Amino acid sequence: MSAVKYGSIILVSFVIIAGIAIPLVPSPQNWLEFPVIPGLEEKARNIFFHVPTAWTTVLAFLVSMVYGFRYLRTRNPDYDQKSVISAGLGLMFCILATVTGALWAKFNWGSYWNWDPRQTSIFILLLIYGAYFSLRSAIELEEKKAALSAVYAIVAGLTVPFFIFIMPRMMTGLHPGAQGDSSGGGPLFQSGMMAGNMRVLFYVSLLGFNLLYVWLFTLRLRIARIEDRQLLSRHTEQ
Amino acid sequence: MLTLAQIMAVFLKDVRSELRTRYALNALLMFVVTTVAIILFALRGDQPGSTVLAGMFWVSVFFTAMSGLSRSFVSEEERGTTMTLQLIASSTTVYFGKLLFNAVLTLVLVAGVTVVYLIVFPAFEITGMGVFLLTVFLGSLGLASAATIIAAIIAKAGSRGTLYPVLSFPILIVPLMTVMGATVKSLEGVPFSDATVDFVVLISYFMVMTAGSVLLFDYVWKD
Repeated sequence: MSAVKYGSIILVSFVIIAGIAIPLVPSPQNWLEFPVIPGLEEKARNIFFHVPTAWTTVLAFLVSMVYGFRYLRTRNPDYDQKSVISAGLGLMFCILATVTGALWAKFNWGSYWNWDPRQTSIFILLLIYGAYFSLRSAIELEEKKAALSAVYAIVAGLTVPFFIFIMPRMMTGLHPGAQGDSSGGGPLFQSGMMAGNMRVLFYVSLLGFNLLYVWLFTLRLRIARIEDRQLLSRHTEQ
Repeated sequence: MLTLAQIMAVFLKDVRSELRTRYALNALLMFVVTTVAIILFALRGDQPGSTVLAGMFWVSVFFTAMSGLSRSFVSEEERGTTMTLQLIASSTTVYFGKLLFNAVLTLVLVAGVTVVYLIVFPAFEITGMGVFLLTVFLGSLGLASAATIIAAIIAKAGSRGTLYPVLSFPILIVPLMTVMGATVKSLEGVPFSDATVDFVVLISYFMVMTAGSVLLFDYVWKD
C-alpha cells in the first residue's frame, strides 16, 4: 500500500509543480516547454487539475455503486462501509471539479456559472451525493440504511449515462464535447493542439489523482475499521 | 407468478381505496390551484412567453406529483397492509401495479394542470397537438417510473414527506429537461420530426428506469 501512498504524493506534487511552472512559448523547442494554444493561453493548465478530478468523481461514484450492489447481494456490512467511503470521496472530488471548472469558466467564458450542459451534469451529481447522504442520515437502522442507500445509489447511477453522454450532446454548449463537436474528446484532443508533453503530463495527472483516491479510500477504510473495533471492545468491557 | 390480471388487481385495489377517500386526488387538485395562484400573483398580469410557460407548467407538475405520488407506498405502511401485500403478491406484481397507478395519477394530474393553464394563460396555446400529447404521455410515464421506486425507498425510511423531492429531483432532471424542451416545441408548433429526439430520450429513460426498478424493488420491498 505504501507504493500507492508515495506514488500518489509524488505524482500529484509533480503535476502541481510541472503543470504550473512549465512555461508556455509560441513554438516549443524542447520537452520543458508547452505550446501556446490560441484562446486558452495560461488557462490551458486547468486541464491537468479539472479533468482528472472530474474523472475521479465519476470513478468514485461507480465504485460506490458497485459496492452498493455487492452489499445488496451479500448483506455484508463491509461492502456498505466501502460504498459510503467512496461516496464521501466522490463528493470531495466533485466539489473540486466544480470549483476548478467554475474558476476556469469565469476566465474563459466570462461567468462562473452559465448552465452549460456539463455544468448542469456536475450540479446534478452534487445533488445526487447530497440526496444520498441526506437519505442515510434519515434512517436509524443500520441494515435498512445500507440497503436503501445502495438502491438509491444504483437508481441514481442509472441516470448518469443520460446526463454525461446524451444531454450534453443534445444541447448546445460551450464545453468541449458539446453539440457540434463530433469527436466528443474536446478541441484539445481533436485538433492535436495538445502537445505530446502536455498529453503525458495529463495522463500522469490522471494516474496521480486516481492513486490519491485509492490511498484516501484505504486510509478511511482503516480508520472506519479501527473505530468499529473500538466500539466493539467498549461494548464487551461493559 | 406475474400476470396481467394480478397487476390489474393491485392497480384496481389502489384505485378503489383512492376513490374511497379521494385523499390524493383532492390534495393534488388543491396543490395545482395553489401553485398556479402563486404564479399568477407573482406575475402581476405579465404574459410570459412559451419557454417560461413550458417551464412553469412542468414545475407545477413536478411539485404536485411530489406531494401525491409518495402516497402509493407510504399509505401501505401507515395502514399496516405491507405484510399482507407481501404475502399475497410477488414484488414484481406489486411494483407494476403501483407503477400503473402512479402513471395514471400523473396523467390525471397533467391533464388537470393543462386545463388550468389553458384557461389561465392565453399564451399557453398548443399548436402542435401531436407533439404535446406524446410529450405529456411519455413525460408522465418517465416521472412515474422514477417516482415509484423513490416512493418505495421513502416509505421504508423513517422521514416520510420531506426527503421525497430531495431524492427525486436529481433523478427526474433528465426527463424534466427533455419534456420542458419538447413542450416549448409543441407550443411553438414545430413539425413532429423535430421532437423525435426528445421522445427517444424519454422512452429510453422510462425503459432504463423501469428495468432498474424491477430488479431493485425486491431489496426495498422485503425487509
